[in-house]
Amino acid sequence: MKKRSARIYYVSFLLVILGFVLYAFVKTFNENLLYYRSPTQLVNGNFPDNYVFRIGGMVEQGSLIRVSGTKKVSFNVTDFNNKVLVKYDGILPDLFREGQGVVIRGYLQNNLFVAEEVLAKHDETYMPPEVKESLGLTEDGKYKTMESITQ
Amino acid sequence: MIIEIGYVGHFLLLLGLMNCIILLSPKVLTNSNISQEILFSASKLHFPIILISFLCLITTFVGEDYSLDYVSKNSNSSLPLIYKISAAWAGHEGSMLLWCVVSSFWMFLASVYSSNLYKRLRVNFLAIMGILNLGFLLFVVATSNPFDRNMTIPLDGNDLNPLLQDFGLIVHPPMLYMGYVGLSVVFSFAVACCFEDDFKKEWAQWIRPWVLASWAFLTLGIALGSWWAYYELGWGGWWFWDPVENASFMPWLMATALLHSVIATSEKGIFKSWTILLSIFTFSLSLLGTFLVRSGILISVHSFANDPSRGVFILFMLIALIGGGLLSYALNSKKFIDDSDVRLISKEGFFLLNNILLVTATFTILLGTMYPLFLDILGLEKISVGVPYYNAVFVPLMIPLILLVGYVPILLSRTSIDSQLVQLFIIFVISIFLSFIFSVQSILFFIGIFSTVWIIANILFDFYRSSDNSVKIRRRVGMYFAHFGLAIFIIGASVSESNKIEKEFTLEIGETKKVGVFDYRFENLKEFKSTNYDAVIASIIVSKGDRFITEINPEKRLYHSSDSPMTEAGINGRLDRDLYVSLGNMVSDNKWSMRIYDKPLIRLIWIGTIFMILGAIFSIRFKQSKIYE
Repeated sequence: MKKRSARIYYVSFLLVILGFVLYAFVKTFNENLLYYRSPTQLVNGNFPDNYVFRIGGMVEQGSLIRVSGTKKVSFNVTDFNNKVLVKYDGILPDLFREGQGVVIRGYLQNNLFVAEEVLAKHDETYMPPEVKESLGLTEDGKYKTMESITQ
Repeated sequence: MIIEIGYVGHFLLLLGLMNCIILLSPKVLTNSNISQEILFSASKLHFPIILISFLCLITTFVGEDYSLDYVSKNSNSSLPLIYKISAAWAGHEGSMLLWCVVSSFWMFLASVYSSNLYKRLRVNFLAIMGILNLGFLLFVVATSNPFDRNMTIPLDGNDLNPLLQDFGLIVHPPMLYMGYVGLSVVFSFAVACCFEDDFKKEWAQWIRPWVLASWAFLTLGIALGSWWAYYELGWGGWWFWDPVENASFMPWLMATALLHSVIATSEKGIFKSWTILLSIFTFSLSLLGTFLVRSGILISVHSFANDPSRGVFILFMLIALIGGGLLSYALNSKKFIDDSDVRLISKEGFFLLNNILLVTATFTILLGTMYPLFLDILGLEKISVGVPYYNAVFVPLMIPLILLVGYVPILLSRTSIDSQLVQLFIIFVISIFLSFIFSVQSILFFIGIFSTVWIIANILFDFYRSSDNSVKIRRRVGMYFAHFGLAIFIIGASVSESNKIEKEFTLEIGETKKVGVFDYRFENLKEFKSTNYDAVIASIIVSKGDRFITEINPEKRLYHSSDSPMTEAGINGRLDRDLYVSLGNMVSDNKWSMRIYDKPLIRLIWIGTIFMILGAIFSIRFKQSKIYE
């Protein structure tokens, strides 16, 4: 009998520890999930300020503004339906250019997307799948409909 | 003339396919002695066939044969010769062919060195290797043939991605593949053993050198990749928890677990079932990693060009190979179950804890890598898992493991409790002293320093104690080297992460900025023309007070054929610290944005891995005794 109750204590102790570890694990996991949104979802959705997530789309032609003498830049990210103004104070990746797909991690502040990290892909013909989808492109990079360009 | 070489390569590829089928057919049809001889010869012959096919591919690159689609997409006439050669495995198709070459090479070795196995085991073992080789080759021929032709022949090629025009990327994939595919030998052997009545100690001994060799290659491959990312990507980081890095790290962790459990099996005959299962898992993870990367499902910096239509083939292949392996295990695992007791504070107990921690760590990484993928496939949500998750989960799992590593010498030498306490006291004093030197501010950092001292000091104590017993030392030297390497790695990682200085700012020519203890003066900017790119090279003079320290020359290149810019970081590397400068872009006349990083001890990260690799090499022992049923 004694042996058995000792075992019960032992097992319940282990379960408590395990439960705690699992809880911490799930919490950490959830806290570190980065959601991906397209400019349209961003405009239609309601996002709290300072909530970090990722957006993606195309850098709008002619929208890139560099503040002379500093590394501050701003540009529009568009999915051809809606666009978001992005502000960034940092060094842009080598392959960042207008008309190129980008993925940006950052947060909203007064309807402005403040970028923490800007990723442009290493291959000039490559576009992240999420961006393709936001832009309404098919898998092989062709436009699905003419509308998605003209809109 | 050159054009025909592409055909020769293609023909050899198909010949290889035939060879695989021949290799397997006698096994399927009969089991006579002659058919076994065919099997043994075919498994050796496969390597030269595929190798020559691959050499043909390289020849088409050197000969600028743009009638091949793959060549025209990945090369250019202005490319230096060395990159024309390495371009052969820079793209998807070529790298998959390289995978086949490596796979056939391991099968060759397996065939040559398996003559001491008894017939039935050897036949099954090589037949499974043959199935793997057939699968890979089918994948290449059916979906990723580098010998496919262009409808119209372009005048010049598209060029090799500038990021890949680098020495690191010449050697990184072959080494990584040697590691990945080396594990296929272990996998095949384990699956073959499933069909035997027992898994004997000697068999675990037989497979151990293969595990060690693959592990050494895998370590080298990952270290080279991380080294390349560090100096080539221009962000100064060495590990990003990128899905593709995870894809190589998961099999590494599993192989590390296997490395230890196989010792327990070969010495004591315990953990048989587990060692077999782990062997299957390890190679499955390397398959999963590579093919997920190559299928274009994973979104990452490595996905240079990809085609999701290959996904279906890959999925079926993965299900067949991994599923087949696991099924063989599941149907036969009852035979290998042993109910021997393992005491926790013993060599075997430590192996057990090591395995539990490493496998748990692998699964947490697997979850972080695969979960976004599943959500995406189900169309629920597009997410990615942030880097903090990995650090928060992985590091706490590794701390107990590292403490165990440090305790190993004490365990083996059966030190008395008194001298253990004295040792612990000395180690604490040294770590606190070091903490002051590195001005430690976080507990994690202190743990890093403590565990380094803990591991190294315990090893040295054991050396001191057993200095009169050279046999003992010789037996342990491999392990100590590897564990010492781990300690060196930990100190490099924790000091460089905690004490790094990272600054991003703009600097005008002639201007000076202070970062950390050094002054950086932007001296001038020179233009430079190479065969396939133009560059500007900055001259940054680093000084401390009045003392000149060094000159650093970061570059910004513009590659002609693809019109893409590339940053080449300038690094002043020394053992105690790296000074790292990378150019951003010109923000106004004579003014550039740039990153300046000061990373203390960062080199120890890679020096540590060299020790780990040496440790594995020293542990390899070839004992060619006959293995009976």
